[in-house]
Amino acid sequence: MPNVLKVEDFTIAYHKKPVIESVSFEVPEGKLIGIIGPNGAGKSTLIKGILELVPRISGKVTIQGKSYRAMRKSVGYVPQRESVDWDFPTNALDVVMMGRYGHLGWLKRPGKAEKQKALECLEKVGMAEYANRQISQLSGGQQQRIFLARALAQEADLYFMDEPFVGVDAATEKAIIQLLMELKKNGKTVLVVHHDLSTVKEYFDWTLLLNKEIIQVGRTEEVFTPEYLQKTYGGKLAILSDSQSGLLIN
Amino acid sequence: MNDFWIILVGALVACSCSVVGCFLVIRKIAMVGDAISHSVLPGIVLAFLWSGSRESILILMGAALLGLVTVFLIQLFQNSGVQGDAAIGVVFTSLFTIGVLLVSLYTQQIDFDLDHVLYGEIAYTPWHTMTIAGMDMGPRAVWIVGGSFFINIVLVFVFFKQFKICSFDAALAAAMGIPVMFFHYLLMSLVSVTTVAAFDSVGAILVVGMLIIPAATAYSLTDQLHRMIIISMVMGILSSVVGYYVATALDASISGCMVCVAALFFTLAFLFSPSHGLISRIWRRKVSFKSI
Repeated sequence: MPNVLKVEDFTIAYHKKPVIESVSFEVPEGKLIGIIGPNGAGKSTLIKGILELVPRISGKVTIQGKSYRAMRKSVGYVPQRESVDWDFPTNALDVVMMGRYGHLGWLKRPGKAEKQKALECLEKVGMAEYANRQISQLSGGQQQRIFLARALAQEADLYFMDEPFVGVDAATEKAIIQLLMELKKNGKTVLVVHHDLSTVKEYFDWTLLLNKEIIQVGRTEEVFTPEYLQKTYGGKLAILSDSQSGLLIN
Repeated sequence: MNDFWIILVGALVACSCSVVGCFLVIRKIAMVGDAISHSVLPGIVLAFLWSGSRESILILMGAALLGLVTVFLIQLFQNSGVQGDAAIGVVFTSLFTIGVLLVSLYTQQIDFDLDHVLYGEIAYTPWHTMTIAGMDMGPRAVWIVGGSFFINIVLVFVFFKQFKICSFDAALAAAMGIPVMFFHYLLMSLVSVTTVAAFDSVGAILVVGMLIIPAATAYSLTDQLHRMIIISMVMGILSSVVGYYVATALDASISGCMVCVAALFFTLAFLFSPSHGLISRIWRRKVSFKSI
């Protein structure tokens, strides 16, 4: 299976303090990948670094063998929900249409085709009836679905999602994971920054354990083990193993 | 006829300021507009000293440059750990006083009136006319402020999607390859040029007021950015017309009355807006409380 994403010797620092150091890994196509690690492990920073949103000190990223800049249009991004101002004067449909802006170039304005696409994407996340709703009137879960619809509108092959499950209700979480599974089925690759260790085994084919450096990356059943988790969380984790190898964070 | 020119200049200032002011309001950097409108002074003075003329396009460019320096310095300080609004306060007061010093040091003997630069009087605009090839083209202010309005509206229209996404979600915009910093500095240049273009003719109070107040009023009246810009312009025009006649009736400062009327509109919108107004919010809270 070809590797869709290859990260080599990646180092990022804020104010000269390294946040992630010499990170290297490869990701195969058509997988759902969880990025797991404690607070401050550099999970979001890793994504932002790959997307060139924060400057790197060293490192190289290749997507399907090419640079990120060359492959921009086939990469989708879902930032953390709190990173934007939800009082912004706009409605749900408009936010989803923003997903098409990258394909429009400098001067073309979003038109009928973009609107149609955005409506389809809203439909897919079960938010079609909220198309004209002001975004501040949506619940946290609904806002997250809008973000997801916007990512779908990007029609990418490789997605980066920063904590899409934070602050959403159980129904939304289920809806989102179903959508991610469907993306995977269609051959897309999705990297998700994730916090809830109890759902890792259920959600992700692959897991990337990160704490400033890569602790382990690979198939979830091989990587998501008490030993490696202990190493990732540095003793901050109390692992209660039972017959189903359930996990609890202390 | 003079009534018409003064109202027209007021309305053009309001529209020109509204177009960029709306973006300042939604990006929560309204005070940056205020800061720029002060810190352009050294740019104006330096350009004046260099070119020896007040008419020159160089003045505008000098001011725009200082506007960019202001934004750059504010960002530099904020990134280095200075509190956000403290950075704004430090930068614009320092640059402004440098401007004041330059005026007092080098322009004593020349016809350069600080009062005029800062508090240009809209009442005199009909008499400052412009002649091209011997032809009277009407008040200079109409051309200058009208020109800046034209530039603003064209650029915001052409790059509306970029300005919008950079304001709402700069990270996604950057990931898509939209040059976020370029559009940030483009917006700030527009704010600088708008401010200075209007300054000289109508004074700082009217500019700073029109940059923020109509935009803030429009913000509470609509949920769509393009409508917000249009409503803001309408509010600005109304403020100019009503403000002018109030000023004539009271025999008071025209700019002052225009800004006061704009502030009155803001207060009305703040209280009575059907969607965001204080009263409708209290009403809705009451209704939802009763239904529980």
